[in-house]
Amino acid sequence: MNPQRQDFVRRFPGSSQHFGKNSSFWQRWHVDPLLLIGLFLLTVFGLAVLYSASGQSENYLKRQGVFFVVAYIGMFACAQVDVQVLRRWAPWLYLVGVLMLVLVFIIGVGAKGAQRWISLGFFRFQPSEVLKIAVPLMVASYFSSKRLPPRFKHILWAVLLTALPTGLIFKQPDLGTAILIFTSGLIVLFLAGLQWRYIVGTLLIIMLSAWPMWYYMMKDYQKQRVITLLDPEADKLGAGWNIIQSKTAIGSGGVHGKGWLNGTQSQLDFLPESHTDFIIAVLAEEFGLVGVLALLGLYLFIIGRGLMIALSAQSTFSRLVAGSIILTFFVYVFVNVGMVAGMLPVVGVPLPLVSLGGTSILTLMVGFGILMAIATEKRSTAI
Amino acid sequence: MNWAGTEIRQFKDHAGEARKIGLRLTIAFSFVSLIFLVLVLRFYSLQVTHHEDYATQSDRNRIHIRPIPPNRGLIFDSRGQLLADNRPSFNLSVIKERVDDLDATLAKLSTLIEISERDKENFYKLVRQRRRPFEAVPLRLRLSEEEISRIAVHEFELQGVEIDAELTRHYPQGELFAHTIGYVGRINEKELSGFDEDTYKRYSGTHSIGKIGLEKYYENMLLGSVGSEHIETNAHGRVLRSLERYDPEPGQDLYLFLDSDLQKVATEAMAGRRGSIVAIEVETGGVLAMVSSPSYDPNLFVSGISLRDYRALNKSRDLPLFNRSIQGQYPPGSTIKPLLGLGGLENQTVNFHTRIYDPGFYQLENDERVYRDWKKGGHGNNIDLYTAIVQSCDTYFYDMAFRMGVDKIHPFGAQFGLGQRTGIDLPSERAGLWPSRAWKRGARGMPWFPGDSLNISIGQGDVLTTPLQLAVLTATLASKGKHIKPRLVKTMGDQETPLNMVNFVIASDTNWDYMHRAMKDVVHGARGTAKRIARRVKYLMAGKTGTAQVVGIAQDAEYDASKLDDRHWDHALYIGFAPFESPKIAVAIIVENGEHGSSAAAPIAREIFDKYLLDD
Repeated sequence: MNPQRQDFVRRFPGSSQHFGKNSSFWQRWHVDPLLLIGLFLLTVFGLAVLYSASGQSENYLKRQGVFFVVAYIGMFACAQVDVQVLRRWAPWLYLVGVLMLVLVFIIGVGAKGAQRWISLGFFRFQPSEVLKIAVPLMVASYFSSKRLPPRFKHILWAVLLTALPTGLIFKQPDLGTAILIFTSGLIVLFLAGLQWRYIVGTLLIIMLSAWPMWYYMMKDYQKQRVITLLDPEADKLGAGWNIIQSKTAIGSGGVHGKGWLNGTQSQLDFLPESHTDFIIAVLAEEFGLVGVLALLGLYLFIIGRGLMIALSAQSTFSRLVAGSIILTFFVYVFVNVGMVAGMLPVVGVPLPLVSLGGTSILTLMVGFGILMAIATEKRSTAI
Repeated sequence: MNWAGTEIRQFKDHAGEARKIGLRLTIAFSFVSLIFLVLVLRFYSLQVTHHEDYATQSDRNRIHIRPIPPNRGLIFDSRGQLLADNRPSFNLSVIKERVDDLDATLAKLSTLIEISERDKENFYKLVRQRRRPFEAVPLRLRLSEEEISRIAVHEFELQGVEIDAELTRHYPQGELFAHTIGYVGRINEKELSGFDEDTYKRYSGTHSIGKIGLEKYYENMLLGSVGSEHIETNAHGRVLRSLERYDPEPGQDLYLFLDSDLQKVATEAMAGRRGSIVAIEVETGGVLAMVSSPSYDPNLFVSGISLRDYRALNKSRDLPLFNRSIQGQYPPGSTIKPLLGLGGLENQTVNFHTRIYDPGFYQLENDERVYRDWKKGGHGNNIDLYTAIVQSCDTYFYDMAFRMGVDKIHPFGAQFGLGQRTGIDLPSERAGLWPSRAWKRGARGMPWFPGDSLNISIGQGDVLTTPLQLAVLTATLASKGKHIKPRLVKTMGDQETPLNMVNFVIASDTNWDYMHRAMKDVVHGARGTAKRIARRVKYLMAGKTGTAQVVGIAQDAEYDASKLDDRHWDHALYIGFAPFESPKIAVAIIVENGEHGSSAAAPIAREIFDKYLLDD
């Protein structure tokens, strides 16, 4: 914190000229007001939905409230960190994260057949959460010293840096988190100017290899699993149950919804995982299309604001990190909403900032803290 | 790992990089917007375009229609005494769909309450057979208060286990009316497979069905119509509230002609013996008492009889399950004589002055065979029809039957219902056998021999009658020809059952009076075969005794009870009506292996008449 405070003192007089008197307040506290408003609205809306989705559990509501208080403090704290410090520390953070992932396999504790946590006695924590921040920082940091657009060698390095933790998390197994972390790395790569020929080429290879994979490499039960993912109706009581029930919840909500606390699908327990992964179905059932539009609008607002911050960031590193954080947030939203709406296969990804869950909220808010740090970064004279 | 060196940075085109990243960010934002548009369209499709479908689906999820079984109609006797009642009982049932491990749940339940192997066996059988999904399958019936509380305490561990109150049939009179009322039992697979869709619906929620007796015959009226309740359940099937309710319509109550007091007297009179008694109200054809002895407790069958109990009942040589009154087919013996005598008079085969000499036997021309009279040495000279009835002279009837011939005997007897089901409101009635020339050719492939007519003239040979047929015949005699269809049910709901006249037996008044007088003197005459029951009687009655051979006696042998197995002893029969002047009640009694109608059967008639005519 020390160098940062020095920065702050050093920068204060100059920055007031750029932002005016009002802005200077936010600038001083490294807070982006628009982003804060968006997050705050989302938090309140999310808590209301969670209260209903958890069967009006005040216990859950309190827990989530405490998570948010901690997460907002975490965001505020991260916002105070100098971006260049982050850039320098990124490799170390990354290294520690990967080591902890390896450690998970050795001394980790798990639940439901997955080994994801490291227990520190008084509390358990998930190293994969660290990587959600560390990977975009690492890859962005790597590219910040390279000439862009990246050369093939550097692309390979970036992919490797992303793939290593992704692979480890996939092995836990935690498909949802693995996808998100892999995507966050790829987004940095994309923003760094990955040539279109590589993008198109990769997509072509994936598509072409899909056919032989399907016919020659996959076993029948694996094919069956894919078919269930594509057509949940084929397995009504098994894997298809969640999707059928969530579509029913959403569809029965109609335009105006059944009213807060009045969703029969969620209140009568037909909807599984209603307070975690499938929470948007509760919202859609009780608040209808109007509620869904409000929620998606809030997300779009936050993402839009995040991209603006990335656009006007002071350095390549800042732009890449900000872009990756906010676009990963979008991927979060898309994977979850798409899954609940029956458009994407079911992978365990919570609805960001709405689903119950402490560590995921903390990580997301830390990400937004970094965004705010970038937003309020002093205009560098080095450019 | 120092990539942040300033030397490298100098070579970088910062403005150009910012522009390129900006372009990529713009592309990303366009992509994000596009995806959001797709998501909105998706929700629009689900929530607006297909809203109706999903709303229906959602309702189907939570709203279940639960059938409410109707209360089964009650059965009362003519005095308003309850013969078939519904009593609440608590049953334990399991909803298979909500139980993860059926065996484990059963094992857990076994530690709490007693569940016999038979319960389990039945349960698994029911689980396997055709059933509605989420239907509760009964496991243990009739839980005690203590058992209910024990289950309640462990409710949490017993997912899918339910205790439901149900009205169960109960027969307060027990054995007394077992054969007539019958019983209900659990619907079995065979019955279920015979149901059409509508019937299937009617029985949703109802577990029992009339198996025999009135319970079976009047099943449709007794059942009532099923109601329903729309209930909201959560995903675990727990009922949360009732949304709509359509009350069931209870079944109709049945009021019978049967009189419990008379039935009791009749049953006690038959106690310890095998046989049957049927008493009929002459004017209406209503059955006042119907006894088949021995009997059984119908309550055993209601919730499923144990295999041991059933085997004991089924294997007993006394055939307690067999309803002798309508299924037992016995030779009527001499009880058929009044009918035949009347036929002889009407056909002018004989008249009041026809007299014969009875040497104790009868022989046809060119036939070695000797047709014996029951009285060794015969009834002597000057036997007319009156004497032949009063003293039950066989030889007179041999002679008359020979001259009358089967072609006249058969149609006359048929008018009294012989050889036909009476049409009483009970299932599984038998028709008996009233032989004719055509029947013999068809059934035996043989011509009718004159000797066959002789045999049927004393109610032997091929003639078979049920006790009910004999009672109907007696009532027809008593009413001078009104052949009325017998019935048990007097009122159904608030509707009286109609009196059904089958036919009139046409005979002249003088002939009727003559026969009535003869039958009266069977009881009241100095030499009447049933004169013993006339002692100190306050009213006049009429009757006829009968004794029916169970096994054929060889030509040169004589009937000697001491040499025969007691199951081969003669059946004792009696028919009668009273009071003589204006007959109200007609009875038919058969005591199996009772030997003599006069001593074994006739006294029972007296007890019934006394009870019916003198009490209250």
